[in-house]
Amino acid sequence: MLADFLDHNLFSPDVQKLATRDGFGQALLELGEKNPEVVALTADLAESTRVLDFAKKFPERFVECGVAEQNMLGVAAGLALAGKIPFVASYATFSPGRNWDQLRVSVCYSKANVKLAGAHSGVSVGPDGATHQALEDLAITRVLPGLVVLAPCDAEETRKCALAAAAYQGPVYFRFSREKTPLMTTPETPFEIGKAYTCYEGQDVTIAACGPLLHAALLAARELEKQGVSAEVINFHTLKPFDHAALEASIKKTGCCVTLEEHQTTGGLAGAVAESLATHTPAPCSFVGMPDSFGESGTAQELLEKYGMTVEKIVEAAKKVVGRK
Amino acid sequence: MVYNDSMLSEKRLVELEKTAYQIRQDIIEMLLAAGSGHSAGSLGMAEVFTALYYEIAKITPETRGAPERDRVVLSNAHICPVLYATLANRGYFPREELKTLRKLGSRLQGHSSNHFLPDLPIETCGGPLGQGISQAVGLALAARMNNRKSDSDIRHSTLDIQPTFHTWCLMSDGELDEGQSWEAFALAGKFNLRELTVFIDRNNIQIDGFTENVLPLEPLADKFRAFNWSVIEVDGHNLREIVEAAGQARAIAENPSVIICHTIPGKGVEFMENRFEWHGKPPNKQEAEIALKELRTLAGQIRSE
Repeated sequence: MLADFLDHNLFSPDVQKLATRDGFGQALLELGEKNPEVVALTADLAESTRVLDFAKKFPERFVECGVAEQNMLGVAAGLALAGKIPFVASYATFSPGRNWDQLRVSVCYSKANVKLAGAHSGVSVGPDGATHQALEDLAITRVLPGLVVLAPCDAEETRKCALAAAAYQGPVYFRFSREKTPLMTTPETPFEIGKAYTCYEGQDVTIAACGPLLHAALLAARELEKQGVSAEVINFHTLKPFDHAALEASIKKTGCCVTLEEHQTTGGLAGAVAESLATHTPAPCSFVGMPDSFGESGTAQELLEKYGMTVEKIVEAAKKVVGRK
Repeated sequence: MVYNDSMLSEKRLVELEKTAYQIRQDIIEMLLAAGSGHSAGSLGMAEVFTALYYEIAKITPETRGAPERDRVVLSNAHICPVLYATLANRGYFPREELKTLRKLGSRLQGHSSNHFLPDLPIETCGGPLGQGISQAVGLALAARMNNRKSDSDIRHSTLDIQPTFHTWCLMSDGELDEGQSWEAFALAGKFNLRELTVFIDRNNIQIDGFTENVLPLEPLADKFRAFNWSVIEVDGHNLREIVEAAGQARAIAENPSVIICHTIPGKGVEFMENRFEWHGKPPNKQEAEIALKELRTLAGQIRSE
C-alpha cells in the first residue's frame, strides 16, 4: 500500500518529471524573498546549479567565486561567522571533494552555518563521464562530525530540504541531480530532518532508499508484491542524523533489508544502514548501488542499467536477501 | 587610546615595545609548560600582535562581543602562542591561563579555535594553511553586504562608505604555498575588497628550510599587485611602521591591502634567530632559561630616545 501523502500518480507511465536541481533553485528564490541573511555562492556553475535566478534577483547577496572551490567554502564560512546563511553550490564531485578539508575545518569544526548544495550527483549525470559523477559524496560527508547529510528524492522534496536546511542551525550537506526524475511527493508530504518515512508498507523485506532511485524502489515493491514478496519501502532522505528507530521498527517486522542509492555501496546509505543494523537489530542486508567502480560516459538510463541500479536488480536483491533470513 | 590616529607618541611607543617583550617572555614560558609548539613565528610576530591588539583593531575587552567589532583572523594558527599571550596581556583573560596551552580541556588549543567566542575573540579555527584568509574574505564581504541597499552589485566597493567593521588577517609566508591563498587574493582583488587588510609574516622560513629554497615566493610584492592589492612593506619589529601602515591600509579605498612584515624568526632569542629548525620546536628547560634571560635584558634596555 502506497502512503497517502505521496503522489499516487507516481506509478503512471506519464508521471510528472522534474529535475531535483530545479527544486533547489526554486527554494533559493523563496529563501531570498523571506530571509535577508540568505546568500548564495557558486564556483562558475550558476546556471547548472540553478543559483542564477537568485544571483539576478539578489546581486547584493551573491558571490561568484570562479573555479575555486576551496576558497568558496572558506568564504562561505566567513559569511556564516558574520551571521549570513550561505548556500554554496557546485558539482558534488568538486564540492565536497576538492574542498573536503575546508568542509572539515572551516565549516564543521568551526560550526559554521553553511549549507553545501552538491549538484550533479550519481551516474545519471551522464555524458560528462566519471570525473563529474559524484558517487562518494555521501560517504565523505557522513563521516564528518556535526554535519547533516540529506539526499532528497524529487524536486519537491529538494525544495523542502533546502528550506529545512536554512531553518536548521548548523552545517548541512544535501545532494541532487541533473536529470528530470519522477515526482513522488506533494507539498503535503512531510519532511523533517532526521525523520525517515514509510512510502510503502510491507512484511517480508525492508527497502531503504534515498534520492530519485526511490521511484525504482517503489516500482520494485509493486513487482515484488506480484511475486508474493511483501516489501516495505522507506525513504531515508536523512543519512545523518540517521533514523535508527525507523529502521529498527521495520526490521523487527521484515527481518532483512536492501539498500538503494546512486552512490558507491561503501559508506553511503549502505554504510549507514549496515552500521545501524549491526548496533541495533542485526539482519541480513544487500546493497544496491555503484559496485565499487567509477562511472563513464553514457546516457543516464544506460549507466543506471550497466551499473545495476534498476528495478530488476532491486527485485533480485530483495528475493535473495529474503532467502538469507 | 585614539583609534584613528596612527601617530604613536614616544611614551606610547616605549610602552608597547616593553609589552612586546613581555609577550615574548610569556611565549617562552608557555611553550616550556606545554612541551610542544611553535617558537620561531610566535616570537617573530610579537610587535605585529602588540600593534594590532593595542592600537590598530577596533576591539577591546569591553567590546569583544559587539557585532561591529573589527575581526582579527589568524590564518597561520600555529603561531597562536603569540595570539594567546597578547590577548592575556591586553586583558581578555588572566595570564595564569597561559600555562594551559595545549593541555586537555584548555581554551588555548594547539591551533587556535573559535569555540570560545565571544569571551575569547578568536574568530576562526585555523591550522590548515590557507583557510583563514578565505574566511577573512568572507567576513569582509559580510561587512560590505551589511552596508548595501538591495539590488546593488556588491562587486564594486564604494569609496565613501566606511565598512561596518574591518577584517585583519594574519598569514605566514610559507602559507602562501597553498593555492587556496591565491584563490582568496584573486577574489578579494575582484571585489576591490577595501574591508580587508592582510599582514604577512615574511620571516623567510618554513618547516623544511628557507622559503626561497622550498618554494620560492619572490617577487612577492609584484604578485600581490598583479592580483589588485595595494602593498606596504614594513620592518616587522618597528611598531611605529606597523601602526602607520595599518592606518594607510584602512584608508586605501580602491582595493585590499597587504602589509608585508619583514621579521626575524625567533626574534629576541639569539640561538633561535633565523634558524628554521625552531619553526615547530619549543625550548627545553635550559634553553628557556637562556631565552628568558636574554629577553629580560632586552626589555630592560628599552627606553625613550
